[in-house]
Amino acid sequence: MVTRRPPSKAQARREQMQAAVNFPLDWLEERSGLVGGVKYFLFRKVPGDINWMQTLGSATLTAFLVQAVTGVILAMYYKPTPEAAYSSIQNITDHVTMGWLVRGMHKWGASVFIILMFMHMGRVFLFGAYKYPRELNWIVGVLLLAMGMMEGFTGYLLPWDQTAYWASVVGINLNGTAPFLGPWLAQFLRSGQEIGADTLTRFYSLHMLVLPGMIAGLIGLHLYLIIRLGVTSPPWSPEAAGEATVDEAPGELRAGLTRAGRGDDGAAS
Amino acid sequence: MDPVEHDQPHLPAPTIGPVGFAIGVVVILIGLIINPLWISTIGAAVAVIFAFVWARESTAELRGRHVAVEPEVRAAGAAAPAVAAEAAPVHADESERFPRSKFLEASTLGLGAVIGGVVTVPIAGFAVLPAFLGQKRHEVDLGPVTDITEGQWYIATFTTDPSQGETSRRTAFVRNNGSVQSGSAQVPSFTIISNRCAHLGCPVQANGPTGSILGIKDVVETTANGRVTMIPTVPAGFGCPCHGGQYDTEGNRTAGPPVRGLDRYDFEIKNGRLILLSMYSVSQVDGTGAQAKIHKYKLAGPGEHVAGVEQILYPLQPPHH
Repeated sequence: MVTRRPPSKAQARREQMQAAVNFPLDWLEERSGLVGGVKYFLFRKVPGDINWMQTLGSATLTAFLVQAVTGVILAMYYKPTPEAAYSSIQNITDHVTMGWLVRGMHKWGASVFIILMFMHMGRVFLFGAYKYPRELNWIVGVLLLAMGMMEGFTGYLLPWDQTAYWASVVGINLNGTAPFLGPWLAQFLRSGQEIGADTLTRFYSLHMLVLPGMIAGLIGLHLYLIIRLGVTSPPWSPEAAGEATVDEAPGELRAGLTRAGRGDDGAAS
Repeated sequence: MDPVEHDQPHLPAPTIGPVGFAIGVVVILIGLIINPLWISTIGAAVAVIFAFVWARESTAELRGRHVAVEPEVRAAGAAAPAVAAEAAPVHADESERFPRSKFLEASTLGLGAVIGGVVTVPIAGFAVLPAFLGQKRHEVDLGPVTDITEGQWYIATFTTDPSQGETSRRTAFVRNNGSVQSGSAQVPSFTIISNRCAHLGCPVQANGPTGSILGIKDVVETTANGRVTMIPTVPAGFGCPCHGGQYDTEGNRTAGPPVRGLDRYDFEIKNGRLILLSMYSVSQVDGTGAQAKIHKYKLAGPGEHVAGVEQILYPLQPPHH
């Protein structure tokens, strides 16, 4: 015979705590579906035989986030004018509290970001993870690599010292030697016929607004494709990589999007 | 469905559009070699016209025009009705030719395009055009000619645009060659070589002793171009610290990666003062000093060939001085 004992005080408190945690989660989930979405993202299935090599992509993402955060903070102290750029960097390094650390993180983190991108790319290449249906993700990754390199190029000018100046002169002139449109590209990059104040602000804008925005957008697409297509098994895996993703009849989802599609596939109208 | 033999073409044969477009592109490319300004422009016009024709042709069906195309046969049973439907006029029901939904669709897309264009075009122009329009020509006043000893090389530094400050400081190597007979008059001759390396634009240095060691005083003066310094030097040639390009004292490439000789400045003497004018590019200089024969070209960027077969790679220069 079982007698129901009243819940102990500790038990009651635990239930209260749980309710206090669950209430905001339920509130958010009911109105946005975000809790389920995050859970789906974090707890999705991955092949059982993956290893540390598959963490290079996440490491690259982390390096980018470090660059973004340290860059935003550096932008609070940096002054992109020919008169003040060099001295503001000296100020960040020598006088602003922890400035040497944040600048160092941004400077060395830039190399870490580039190196990790190449290592991630090498892993994807050697594991054959670029093959069908992941070709588009490879293409997005190549664009990310190109933009990471452009970040390095535009960021190198900003300290506005002799190395920065002449390295940018050489880099821009290298672009200028491209056939046909090269001279035009070079003049666009230096914002005129000579390097000057406009070049510095142009590189600054590209470095901290245009390119990071494009990189962030492409990272979103990169992650969406990974979530949709799944993580690739290693080449030695006995399991087949990924899962079948095409379950609709061909053309069903795009029917009605263009006029040309109407009536052709029998799916529309 | 039964498999059907697709042994008959069901796309129209290539028409004049793509062929004309290809011809236009070929004319552009040939024009780039022969005469970029005129022949390439004609080629571009031809290409644009035929691209338009091509686009009209290939979108004819989308725009609702009846196109004489072999129907794509799917199955034996469906063949007959399909042919019959093709043969019938598309606007069987007059009231459905331009329904309200289509009007709304078109006006939404059209308005969106107009708004997008109104916003995008000025922004894109603001981002791109200032780099190419209104590029100023700077004259540089190097001071009285009498300060420049005849036959002596000087390393002259000056700011081309004092409003830009030290960023616009440039260096040129200046030598007074004395005066030469030109027709019936005696005209002054100067060799004025830019120190921008013809490889990738690093600052070329004089290979030789400079300054007070020579027992000749530096010329320092303040002109309209800020502080101008002229440091005497005795160069055996000029050399670039970045990638090792070497030049002789006329700016001819002697070693290393540069693709041509050093650029030079045009000059004039105004009120007894030496004024630097625009720069020009040089493929090669024969002879020296006042007797030099300079193979002169429009100013090109570092690393760009101005002579030889490679010059076809750089047919059009952006506007600059």
